Amino acid sequence: MTPQGQFRAALLDPDLPVPSGLTGPAGRPARRRFDIYRNNVTASLTEALRQSFPVVRALVGEEFFIALAIAHLRAYPPASPLLMFYGQDMPAFLESFPAARALGYLPDVARLELALRQSYHAADADALDPDRLRALAPETFLAARLRLAPAVRLLRSDWPVLSIWRANMRGAAPPRDRTAEDILITRTEFDPEPQLLPPGAASFLTALIGGATVGTALDHAGAFDLTATLSLLLADGAITDLITD
Amino acid sequence: MSPTAKSLAVAGSLAAALAAQSAAPARAEGAQEKCFGVALAGQNDCAGGAGTTCAGTSKVDYQGNEWKLVPAGTCTTMKLPEGRVGSLTPLDRDLPKG
Repeated sequence: MTPQGQFRAALLDPDLPVPSGLTGPAGRPARRRFDIYRNNVTASLTEALRQSFPVVRALVGEEFFIALAIAHLRAYPPASPLLMFYGQDMPAFLESFPAARALGYLPDVARLELALRQSYHAADADALDPDRLRALAPETFLAARLRLAPAVRLLRSDWPVLSIWRANMRGAAPPRDRTAEDILITRTEFDPEPQLLPPGAASFLTALIGGATVGTALDHAGAFDLTATLSLLLADGAITDLITD
Repeated sequence: MSPTAKSLAVAGSLAAALAAQSAAPARAEGAQEKCFGVALAGQNDCAGGAGTTCAGTSKVDYQGNEWKLVPAGTCTTMKLPEGRVGSLTPLDRDLPKG
């Protein structure tokens, strides 16, 4: 193993010895200094995960979460220097984590929290002027493609994940039934907000995001409340451009 | 749905959605602003996550932890069929009341 590889492996595994070649001022191996550094890596990444997944944390409790975070960070150390995006692998980790298996909704809760953070850091975009839509013939609208804001995120879950999120972040009543929920995250200005989509709307939006025309996207979707869906997109400035070619 | 029926349905939905916007221009420019120190406990959004201005630092030693825990948060208060979340192995501490 290269010295760097040895150093990196030892950082994430407290059972490994101090990498060779690290010495203190007196020339002895710098075991305590390395332990302090190793501890700070674990503590700072644990704190990053604590802040990034407040609802997962509320669901499992602080003590469980910290143990979970440490198991996660050792399995999935940061792949990018951007700490704000750390935790991309949390949903996959939770799916394979035996101690959390009873909580089937936990991976999707983590997906929602990740999507909110991505939305927060996404680029700003000006909303489409509604007058451009008013002036449109229906056939033109059907043949057009809609560009959605970079901060828009779509999440489909077999669990009432938004209700779980709201119960923990907004003091709403916990969900009583296991109902699937489709969620659209929009960001009108600074803070992303998850919203419940009408049933069936997610198929339409998935096609739109994939670049389909409005007409094709409607063909992909079953029956759903198009008025409510368009209202939601318009109210939150989620449509940024209309492309008619 | 025939092309004409589809056009009509879409035209109706678009018109209704646009009308709803002009009827309620609820989110005025600049309506949101960053406000610190007023959030209720547990509701202070740190949407930016770690490494941003709302991140703190930690000096706590977590390294000695062993895995011997069960979830003890609000998951135990939630009743979801099939999820069996109400019947997790209870801990003798931090149990939610009721």
